[in-house]
Amino acid sequence: MSATGNTAPLIDIERGMIAREIFSSESIFQQELETIFTRAWLFVGHESQIPNPGDFFMSRMGQESVIVARDKRSKVHVFLNSCRHRGMRLCSADHGNTSLFTCPYHSWSFTTDGKLFGVPQFKNLYEGCLDRAEWSLVEVAQLEVYKGTIWATWDPAAPLLATYLGDAKLHLDMTLDCRDGREGGSEVLLGVHKWIIPCNWKIAAENFLGDSYHNPSHRSVDLIGIGPSAEYGVKGRRDNELETAQHLWISFPAGHGVHSAQMQADMAEPETYQNNSVVAEYFREANRRRKERLGAEANRLLPFVGTLYPNTSFHGRQPRNLCVWHPHGPEQTEAWRFFLVDADAPQEVKDFLRTYYMRYSGPAGMTEQDDMENWNSATAASRGVIARRHPYNYQQSMGRSTRNGPTPGNTALQMSEENARQYYRRWSDYMGGADWDTLLGKKD
Amino acid sequence: MSDVQTAQKLRPSADYFTLRGEVEEFLYDEAEILDTRDFKGWLDLLADDIRYFMPITFNVKFGEHGDKERTRTEKDMSWFNEGKWSLTKRVEQILTGVHWAEEPLSRCTRLVTNVQVTGVRDSEGVEELSARSRLLLYQNRCEYEQTYFAVRRYDKLRRVNGGLKVCERKIILEQTVLLAKNLTVFF
Repeated sequence: MSATGNTAPLIDIERGMIAREIFSSESIFQQELETIFTRAWLFVGHESQIPNPGDFFMSRMGQESVIVARDKRSKVHVFLNSCRHRGMRLCSADHGNTSLFTCPYHSWSFTTDGKLFGVPQFKNLYEGCLDRAEWSLVEVAQLEVYKGTIWATWDPAAPLLATYLGDAKLHLDMTLDCRDGREGGSEVLLGVHKWIIPCNWKIAAENFLGDSYHNPSHRSVDLIGIGPSAEYGVKGRRDNELETAQHLWISFPAGHGVHSAQMQADMAEPETYQNNSVVAEYFREANRRRKERLGAEANRLLPFVGTLYPNTSFHGRQPRNLCVWHPHGPEQTEAWRFFLVDADAPQEVKDFLRTYYMRYSGPAGMTEQDDMENWNSATAASRGVIARRHPYNYQQSMGRSTRNGPTPGNTALQMSEENARQYYRRWSDYMGGADWDTLLGKKD
Repeated sequence: MSDVQTAQKLRPSADYFTLRGEVEEFLYDEAEILDTRDFKGWLDLLADDIRYFMPITFNVKFGEHGDKERTRTEKDMSWFNEGKWSLTKRVEQILTGVHWAEEPLSRCTRLVTNVQVTGVRDSEGVEELSARSRLLLYQNRCEYEQTYFAVRRYDKLRRVNGGLKVCERKIILEQTVLLAKNLTVFF
């Protein structure tokens, strides 16, 4: 299949079947880079990582390196990390502060707002030939900062981020807002987990999209208990606050999907974070204030996990983080995880969360190690000639979603692969070069 | 005084080599215990108040290596920042038999080298040794998967009932992006 191949036959939403080759084909991967990662809104970093003028954070969009920089006037920019002259990487530090990005090859330098500043021997070699104003760094077409998170797209025609997120924004909000319900206020802890997984990026994205069916794969941590109340004798990998809740699997027209939960109306506040009485009290108070601030009804909704199309996922509560699945190749993904805490939480609370996050998440996390193993082997199983003749099954809870759920979106009240079906429906539209109305689901 | 200077000062004496020999034997025994998957036996080599730490490493510009190249124990995210409780949990998890990242179990071989004693101190009547070593850990999983971890270890070993226990281990893995999919092994 060429980079403009027709991928529509690979996605059979009506029958709930998806061809294995979308998880391992080199040409499909290339087509994804060209049709999805050049257009969709991508999460690139958090404002708390670049608080001061001149601060930068090296990030990625699709397969390419970008610089997220705060210029002298405090404006945030996202640039391709490549010199306009011969392409050298301008920034090799993961983060830092600078007044200029200087190319190590021929020493062209660029200001923090992307302007070409220094050109060695300009007068002799370039006067009259080179118009500096024309050779600024390649900058994204659109950038938005939302509650501290920084998003960018290469497509000037892309809709505003709020339009793109649609009703999925409510669930992102619950991840980014303070635990006591104040808007925004989160910060990223220093130390983004970055690691290489031998799997297709969509398998990881799909895991967070609402695949709660994989819960049994985490039986080992559930048996031993690693949660915030585990030392107090509570089994499982997190507190049981969602145990009696109505779980919701919600898909959104732009391809996003979440798994959130609505607590019972008359439910007593569950005891959480019992390993540490200071932390337990902090969250008791935060929960009380959240209820006061949002009202009893809105307070019932809690975030769990979700994926914002195409490759940004979140864990909304225990643990709390944003993850990006950077595509490296059809069978290789670079995972990045940004861990969130309320910026104004006491240090003791941040420290407690930090150690919980470490034992839960990422390649050293006791829960997610098992995910990585499974994603790895699912990718390998998508490669075989015979294997590829047999599509994967996406028939779970077909036809069981409703538009009349307790929150906006196409909602299943039981475990469902509807989120994945809708995600791949949009995937197919992006791959076919559809217009934005189609990509936003306006033509569904 | 730097670790290197302390080690050099200790070195000329026969006592130094006796001490180093003891530490080497301890670290070799530990490698054998882990390679043969006696995970509970390994926990017995750790002091109850052990701090087991592996920072995340960053690419930083020249001049910032001293204080900005790695995440800090107390403030930042790391790969590991464990005590005896969570290390015990990790062992318990492997022993469930349904920890898929270690089922089937990895096959590991640890090469311990560059062992040096860099300090001896009396901590409230208990002898505590500082030692550094290099560890090359070969991990093989299933059929085709293999990973090499080359790490530097900075240990504090406490003399308890005539034997040694690890009360602090700092592990430096020189990768900024972890080039392995998982860290299910003990260093």
